[in-house]
Amino acid sequence: MNIVVCVKQVPEPSGTNRINPTTLRIIREGVDLVLDPADEYSIEAALQIAEANPGTTITLVSMGPDKAQEAIRRGLAMGADKAVLISDPALAGSDALTTAKVLAAAIKRENPDLVLCATESSDAYTGMVPGGIAQHLKLPLLSYAKKLTIVGGKAQIERQTETGFQRVEASLPALVTVTGSINTPRYPALKGIMQAKKKPLDVVNVAALGFSPDQVGEKGAKEKVLGWQPAEQRKAGTVIKDDGTAAAQIADFLAQLKVI
Amino acid sequence: MTKVWVFAQINAGQVQRVSLELLTKARQLGDVTAVALGPGAGEQAGILAQHGASRVLVHEDQAYADCLSEPAADTLGALIEKEAPDLLLIGSTYDGRDIAARLNARLDCGVITDGAEFALEGGDLKVQVPWYSATTVVTVTLSGPTKLVLVKPKSFAAEPLENAPAPQIEQISLAIADTARRAVVVENVVQKSEGPKLEEAAVIVSGGRGLKQPENFSLLNDLAGQVNGAVGATRAVVDAGWVPYGMQVGQTGKTVKPNVYIACGISGAIQHTVGMKGAKYIVAINTDPDAPIFKFADLGVVGDVLKIVPALTEEIKRRKG
Ligand SMILES: Cc1cc2nc3c(=O)[nH]c(=O)nc-3n(C[C@H](O)[C@H](O)[C@H](O)COP(=O)(O)OP(=O)(O)OC[C@H]3O[C@@H](n4cnc5c(N)ncnc54)[C@H](O)[C@@H]3O)c2cc1C
Ligand SMILES: Nc1ncnc2c1ncn2[C@@H]1O[C@H](COP(=O)(O)O)[C@@H](O)[C@H]1O
Repeated sequence: MNIVVCVKQVPEPSGTNRINPTTLRIIREGVDLVLDPADEYSIEAALQIAEANPGTTITLVSMGPDKAQEAIRRGLAMGADKAVLISDPALAGSDALTTAKVLAAAIKRENPDLVLCATESSDAYTGMVPGGIAQHLKLPLLSYAKKLTIVGGKAQIERQTETGFQRVEASLPALVTVTGSINTPRYPALKGIMQAKKKPLDVVNVAALGFSPDQVGEKGAKEKVLGWQPAEQRKAGTVIKDDGTAAAQIADFLAQLKVI
Repeated sequence: MTKVWVFAQINAGQVQRVSLELLTKARQLGDVTAVALGPGAGEQAGILAQHGASRVLVHEDQAYADCLSEPAADTLGALIEKEAPDLLLIGSTYDGRDIAARLNARLDCGVITDGAEFALEGGDLKVQVPWYSATTVVTVTLSGPTKLVLVKPKSFAAEPLENAPAPQIEQISLAIADTARRAVVVENVVQKSEGPKLEEAAVIVSGGRGLKQPENFSLLNDLAGQVNGAVGATRAVVDAGWVPYGMQVGQTGKTVKPNVYIACGISGAIQHTVGMKGAKYIVAINTDPDAPIFKFADLGVVGDVLKIVPALTEEIKRRKG
């Protein structure tokens, strides 16, 4: 089986993400950059499928600057076989629409049976890229999977819903987006890290995928940021230290609000 | 007149509340068409009109309920290609997001996710989008002819009109292709929880990793039971499998706006607080005096949830007599 996992390098999600006030883009310089933790779940899901289906190839596909290779190496260290990075100065400022188009073109060359994405990235979190890829590649979309099984040429998932979950299935090839409750991603072992250095990592530009530079990046974007302002924040109230009367004090507060 | 369309999401024959919220907003922006797809859609035309739709497009095919995203995206896509509305609003539910993602690619239109407030002037759209867990608000626009905006539930109130005229109802005569029926819903499992729903509860008791063990969530259930509240959770404990995902509050979970939110053993990461800071009052219990949640709790208690919560439950019982 051929599996493609879409992965992305993002600013460390627990850090403070900021907007550059002039370019109005996420600041990616001078911050720690990591493989999106959300992507580790999809890589782990792919590895588990590969373990059950010998002969499977896992290809990581990413769009990002050259330095995104570091994040990709981590995915290779976890156990993916090879990777493609689409890197091109023309891609700066791409919106979800363009990202999906470009990724779809790169994924198509791998002829996958299964494409895995996270439900949303930790920096942009539009969640619009996977569905866009599915539309471009004419694939069924199995989204928000908290469980994924491949059996008899089908992908079967448990899909999170507002009120519980749905069992949904589709014949392969298909695109599946996975949530953080699907598995516990493994840590790359030292051996994996050593091997990852020698695994193929192909860097391509947009021309290689059949795009001209003005179709992508800021020029191709339909979405434009006009400005920004800090959001209103709530103010701190009273903080007390529990001296054995905290329960009574909370009860007083709730009584004051007529909750009890 | 500006043509504003709202995708009326029908679930088990019922229009979802977020669609009524969007209709209420849409009627301030222009002439409103609701697109209602799925079994039972026609019967919802009345309530859609009440909330502002002057025209309702209906297609009652079972495929909309049985298959994910493609049937709805295909139909909406074909209708938009034909009629080119200025704006399409979709509720940011799981289904809504999947459909929007497909439409974005099909129409090559661009999409704004999580629109919080918007204005449409002479075809120019300006949308306020809370960014990075709502620490920043960015103003965003789209350049295509039809603008696609996803809006989170609870962003606007749903308000019926006093005397809404009867809507113009049109049956859609499009066939759904077999190739669109690929992601098949085999079973719907509803995980029922007791008490009020998280989105509707006036009081929410919510737990995080500070509860130490999944069993301790029963302490929150007991407290919620005393105040007719619902129980919520952080992603940390949902991912750990302690409680189902339906209880998750935050950026990737639910947005709640209760009267009181009682945060128990929750650090207050922005991805969590973005989902609950619309609460009127916030009470937080945490052993760490430096926990970020204390920066905006109305009443913060530095202490052990495992002691304070059961004591609070007892205290309330005692006061109730
Ligand atoms: C892209 C992205 C999306 C996310 N989406 C969400 C989301 O939708 N919702 C969400 O909740 N999170 C989300 N997160 C995760 C979020 O960043 C935090 O990791 C998570 O909210 C932390 O959960 P917690 O407060 O339960 O755990 P912790 O941060 O571990 O906090 C536990 C707290 O309990 C306190 N504590 C320990 N023992 C006790 C005790 N005995 N009594 C009282 N207090 C005690 C500790 O002092 C600590 O403050 C997201 C993260 C990312 C990167
Ligand atoms: N630049 C990118 N490179 C590779 N995959 C991406 C990229 N952007 C988005 N994705 C994939 O799409 C998912 C959702 O991203 P988003 O739509 O940005 O929230 C991510 O978790 C990835 O799996």
